[in-house]
Amino acid sequence: MAHSPQLNRPEGELRYSSKEPKASLGFRFKRALVMHRHSYILMAPYAILFTLFTVLPVIMSILISFTHFNMLEFPRFIGWQNYTRLFLEDDIFLIAVKNTLLLATITGPVSYIACFLFAWLINELSPKVRAFMTLVFYAPSISGNIFFIWQIMFSGDRYGIINGLLMKLGIIIEPILWLKTEAYIMPIIIIVQLWLSLGTGFLAFIAGLQTVDKTLFEAGAVDGIRNRWQELWFITLPSMRPQLMFGAVIQLTTAFAVSDVSIHLAGFPSVNYAGETVVTHLIDFGTIRFEMGFASAIATVLFIMMLGTNLGVQKLLRKVGE
Amino acid sequence: MELPIKLRLPRLRKRVNRSLGGNMALFGFLAVVGAFMALPLVYAINNAFKPLDEIFLFPPRLFVRNPTIDNFSDLFHLLGDSWVPFSRYIFNTVFLTGMGIVGHVLLASAAAYPLAKHKFPGRGPMFHIVVLSLMFTPAVTAIPNYMIMSWLGLVNTYWAIIIPAFAYSLGLYLMKQFMEQIPDALLEAAKIDGASEYRIFWSIVMPNVKPAWMTLIILLFQMLWGADTSGFIYSEQLKSLNYAANQIVLGGIARAGVGAAVALLLMSVPITVFVFSQSQILETMATSGMKE
Repeated sequence: MAHSPQLNRPEGELRYSSKEPKASLGFRFKRALVMHRHSYILMAPYAILFTLFTVLPVIMSILISFTHFNMLEFPRFIGWQNYTRLFLEDDIFLIAVKNTLLLATITGPVSYIACFLFAWLINELSPKVRAFMTLVFYAPSISGNIFFIWQIMFSGDRYGIINGLLMKLGIIIEPILWLKTEAYIMPIIIIVQLWLSLGTGFLAFIAGLQTVDKTLFEAGAVDGIRNRWQELWFITLPSMRPQLMFGAVIQLTTAFAVSDVSIHLAGFPSVNYAGETVVTHLIDFGTIRFEMGFASAIATVLFIMMLGTNLGVQKLLRKVGE
Repeated sequence: MELPIKLRLPRLRKRVNRSLGGNMALFGFLAVVGAFMALPLVYAINNAFKPLDEIFLFPPRLFVRNPTIDNFSDLFHLLGDSWVPFSRYIFNTVFLTGMGIVGHVLLASAAAYPLAKHKFPGRGPMFHIVVLSLMFTPAVTAIPNYMIMSWLGLVNTYWAIIIPAFAYSLGLYLMKQFMEQIPDALLEAAKIDGASEYRIFWSIVMPNVKPAWMTLIILLFQMLWGADTSGFIYSEQLKSLNYAANQIVLGGIARAGVGAAVALLLMSVPITVFVFSQSQILETMATSGMKE
């Protein structure tokens, strides 16, 4: 099996290794199968299960998005009607899209940078302190539905921690109904979402930093790298490109899919739909109104939004350290 | 690879390019943010030791004043009374979590190795589909998933939870990204020495990406430990610990103290796994020199 050094090859680009003579398609297919049989054997178990339990359901959902489906009767094909209804008749969907884009543009980049920054800073500590600090920073992610703690903070009466504090300081006289006032709902969701965002990407960065070759730093110092920021840009970041890609996809996907925080803090539905996101909208139609076709259409639109953003970000990340 | 030589070199200063002032500023910053992030741990631990009157204290307080272990002793009384022996719930969850983790780590890593290191037709599309699938909201695939499970006759068995866990996208993506960093020369050398592809995968690739699969174990443990199994499993004796714990908490106000104790106990298991894995990640890397 021929393979050549491909460390610097762009992600996922497909290039056939040898100059193929013009043979019949069937012959080439058979030869590829024999030549790369070990690769295919290693991939087969995962690929089969993945197709069955992930690809197939997604394809079925996309098909369902073109139907009227109430989960009792057999789906009835209605073409693009779900989509036209979504964009032309559903005002709340537009609020949801606006909120989701706001959440994604703030929590996406900020959480991504925070994940890396904290992983990098923690990596400077001695190993024992490092394990402890990783736990502390990862705590909100590991504790499940812990955001109810924020309900106590932002409670609308005078005993809420934030209200109590502000009143003691004399900044406000009357308690503020934080989670029931339209103007405050989105900022609070953003804060809590950021607090929760040191998750999968953060752990991947922690692990990624362990694989950076330590001798590179010593070599860098000899070559004239003078401070930790230069070291970060010229050595650490380029060595971690695969993890940076991974983190970007994970953090962006999370940023677009915010729903739990909104439901638990702002209520479901929230006051005047001020905290509605694309996913809460989807949950509303899927699990409360039983309009599965419409819910699937929302999922498909969200999928396309995430896809576009991710492609853009990946292009950007290829430039790191160049 | 000049690994043996490198190991014999005297250790240089631990890290170069660090100023004392910069260190102090950064660690101060870390401490402040860390205190903020540790809030849920502090809260959960304090709550579990609060007597009932303190749990309902108004205005609420974060720290316990008269710690008690009543909540835990009440919990053990309750567990003794449950209809399905409580050990059964524990077994169910441990079995689901263990099988899911082992299966996913093995299958996803085996698939990630050729994707990261070999060129073959279908490689690009396969990888892209896996990454794309991360972007589809799971809420709408629940119904198709249920239909597939029922065609396969897996509804109301452990396998309805375990087998889909084998096929998560996350692990394949994570493992592939880390495997990409393994120097090709290392694999070439093994091949010249006559190692088969399977041998290379198991004895060279996997040990070199230990931080990756240790991280994956943490993530999967969390997903499966707290997984909502109610969609596919109906028999009481097959249900998970998480479900049983929620039933206890559903007892309402009278069970609030017990609920806090349950929350702490349930949380402590992933945390233990987390701490163990983290120390493993740090330990492996102190002794290996995988880069060229």
